[in-house]
Amino acid sequence: MLENTNVKTLDKVVVRFSGDSGDGMQLAGNIFTNVSAGLGNQVSTFPDYPAEIRAPQGSLGGVSGFQVSVGKGVHTPGDSCDVLISMNAAALKQNHRFLKPGGVIIVDIDSFRESDLKKAQYATDNPFEELGIKAQIVEVPVTTMTKAALADSGLDNKSVLKCRNIFALGLVCWLFDRPLEAALHHLRKKFAKKPAVFEANAKVLQAGYDYGHNIHASVSTYRVETEDPKPGIYTDINGNTATAWGLIMASEKCGRPLFLGSYPITPATDILHELAKRKDLGVKACQMEDEIAGVCSAIGASFAGNLAVTSTSGPGLALKSEGIGLAVMAELPLVVIDVQRGGPSTGLPTKTEQTDLMQALYGRNGESPVAVVAPASPTDCFTMAFEACRIAVEHMTPVILLSDAFIGNGSSAWRVPEADEYPQIKTPDVPAEELADHSWHAYERRENLGRYWPVGGIEGAAHRLGGLEKDSVTGAISNDPANHEKMVMLRREKIARIADDIPSLELLGDKDADTLLIGWGGTYGHLHSAVDELNAAGRRVALAHFRYINPLPKNTGEVLARYSRIIVAELNTGMFADYLQCRYPDAHILRINKIQGQPFAVSEIVDRVTKYMEED
Amino acid sequence: MEETKFAPADFKSDQAVRWCPGCGDHAILNTLHKAMATLGIAPHRTAVISGIGCSSRLPYYMNTYGFHTIHGRAAAVATGYKVANPDMTVWQISGDGDGLAIGGNHFIHAVRRNVDINIILFNNKIYGLTKGQYSPTSARGFVSKSSPYGTVEDPFIPAELVFGARGNFFARSIDVELGTSQEVLVAAARHKGTSVVEILQNCVIFNNGIHNPITDRAVRAERTITLRHGEKMLFGANNERGLVRDGFLLKAVTVGEDGYTLDDVLVHDAHTTSNFLHQQLAMMDGLGDLPLALGVIRDVEAPTYEAGVSEQVEEVRAKKGFDTLRAMILAGDTWEVK
Repeated sequence: MLENTNVKTLDKVVVRFSGDSGDGMQLAGNIFTNVSAGLGNQVSTFPDYPAEIRAPQGSLGGVSGFQVSVGKGVHTPGDSCDVLISMNAAALKQNHRFLKPGGVIIVDIDSFRESDLKKAQYATDNPFEELGIKAQIVEVPVTTMTKAALADSGLDNKSVLKCRNIFALGLVCWLFDRPLEAALHHLRKKFAKKPAVFEANAKVLQAGYDYGHNIHASVSTYRVETEDPKPGIYTDINGNTATAWGLIMASEKCGRPLFLGSYPITPATDILHELAKRKDLGVKACQMEDEIAGVCSAIGASFAGNLAVTSTSGPGLALKSEGIGLAVMAELPLVVIDVQRGGPSTGLPTKTEQTDLMQALYGRNGESPVAVVAPASPTDCFTMAFEACRIAVEHMTPVILLSDAFIGNGSSAWRVPEADEYPQIKTPDVPAEELADHSWHAYERRENLGRYWPVGGIEGAAHRLGGLEKDSVTGAISNDPANHEKMVMLRREKIARIADDIPSLELLGDKDADTLLIGWGGTYGHLHSAVDELNAAGRRVALAHFRYINPLPKNTGEVLARYSRIIVAELNTGMFADYLQCRYPDAHILRINKIQGQPFAVSEIVDRVTKYMEED
Repeated sequence: MEETKFAPADFKSDQAVRWCPGCGDHAILNTLHKAMATLGIAPHRTAVISGIGCSSRLPYYMNTYGFHTIHGRAAAVATGYKVANPDMTVWQISGDGDGLAIGGNHFIHAVRRNVDINIILFNNKIYGLTKGQYSPTSARGFVSKSSPYGTVEDPFIPAELVFGARGNFFARSIDVELGTSQEVLVAAARHKGTSVVEILQNCVIFNNGIHNPITDRAVRAERTITLRHGEKMLFGANNERGLVRDGFLLKAVTVGEDGYTLDDVLVHDAHTTSNFLHQQLAMMDGLGDLPLALGVIRDVEAPTYEAGVSEQVEEVRAKKGFDTLRAMILAGDTWEVK
């Protein structure tokens, strides 16, 4: 339906849906994402929730956003958007700054009445002028059109108004030439139990699409490039779901049932939700009475022989510290998931940050080393959750997985792995002959220094663990000074040896450059895009992105030594830079930091790196 | 069950017991070994999980699976253990500080969930391992190192906390009452659900004689009553005393005096669902007219947490279960790229 219109062809486009937190922007955005992914676009999303559950309708505090980038070469949800949909005056005020120059704004002009402007604290009666918006504004009477489309539906006014988001979705589908059938498919699933609501939404979707078609002369539409991905079955997945599924995959690959002990906390709760649903796969997910009980029940489950996990965010990790220390001392496998959010204290519960790195590495009493890994993207959460389990089980140690709100809530298309794509996890079962002749000791070690892990109930394997220091051989309580030092060094060396068992650091971008950009965890997409842009502009920069934090990949020192200028970019005041600097004092480390509760913008990285490179 | 006969020694580990000489814990440990032998559940089918405190050293002295965890958290560790491995018999060892102060939250939630663990609460009304501070069961005005002028707070009564958390099994004994202790420990293990056994235990170093007003040989028969399901509530040196109804309350009488006959004496029903009378029995303190109740005060069957979790998994799997993660994902919203 794009004939006679002004069609822009783009590698990728960014669309931002914004409205009241009750307006269904997340749903509209998710459906648009899924439809696009189904067309072969790469997708990356960024849901931007308000901290309040339901702030007053139409107020600035209640604005909810959902940004998605679709197309080719998509690594991030985009710094700014090509198309902004604002369902009311408050949403426009909060979101217009995300629009690219030359972008298009679509507003529901019915929600720009005098009272709406007042609620959104405009000083004048011309919001567009007041905000200094120069972009093309398409004023659409979304509310009126939605009501008209559903005049004969028999639905009450409240239910009718709930369909406004789908009118906007229909309009956006027209704008980007997305087939309505795919959107209908998702709506049908969403409202499977409410056929009347589905019918209403289907009608409104069509009405939105038709509206766009009828005004096509006045607005640009877009043709978005697709990319040929690896063949296979794909699904749309967010980081928290990917994390939950990675744990399940690990449980399948080690043959131990999965146990989750958890307590609800933003932005990690979706992991609990997903695993609670997965009783259909035999998962036992327990909502405990507090964060401490979450980790402690997982420790109990681990001692009993399950693959045990606890999930939380920063404040919860603080509460779990003592429990993690117990797992360090008892040398039990335990996976601790921290979906990082803005801190300290309650901080910015719905916003992203990388400020728990030091807490994960050092936030316990005593010499208490644990392995730390950090997924790079929503889909990488699957791989790194699996890796966290593999390391925990094979090396008999707690592993902290540092995810974050950005990748936890963000989603992208993900190829469902084939059954044999992930390796078997080797559970350290006590050798049968040692059980038979009663020669096994609880603190006997394998070559990687990990203990054995007998399930509860095995004859000959009854043993006692605890938080008191243990004799290095028998596991009996020991206060011997030399033994304590030996055990401290042993626990340290056990973690260090994990380096033999993880992949080397790989480089992206211009590997022969003299400047190395370094990142870790959830900033990968932005750093990758930034390095692509820098390289395209002739800047010689390589990227090293860390997913294994403790221990670091074995070739880290060798890689750092090759670059005269190293720039560590992270969403904190420089924790990873400090960590690297104290390990590699000769490296010349510069820093790019942002602590605003928001992900990096690619442009910020490009600008800062360029500036560093021009400085000398 | 693969085994039938065990001796108490089968449950003893090779570790030297390090409690103070004269400590009440020794008697409880020996009684527990005997109770386990009576139960006939193999040592490797048994897990003993503790927190921190003198009593929490106990798992080291057991030849079972054992876990000496962190202060206050044993109930949470034991809950995870039982849910993960429901075939194991799980015991939890706690003291009044570990279980009711730092671990109070886990204690009440374990009782509320009714997870099938057997909690032995060693109540000596003092912090022994930190050398003598008052505990949440110390009486108001109690003088200790951390309350040199006496406490200005009221204690928990463990039974009241158990009933407040809707507990279904509560029993009480005294460290030196070996027979009663063994009897209630066996009953606790046989009960499906959270069992709480309070044992009045004497700390010979920091709180010696704290239970003497009740447990002293000279007064014990008059100041305690050992309850058994289906038996008359009689006590006294010659069972001459009995408990009778007095309106909504209980009253101790002498059989044959004031017109009271044996027929008036109540029969103990530990299995009745209502906890009204159980609470009254458990709250008798032995210091006034009414004797302190020992034995199994309440023992009522109710759905257990770990069985609920396992059954729900089975139900969901029977209805719409998947064999693999991949199968589950493929049943959802996907698309194929060729």
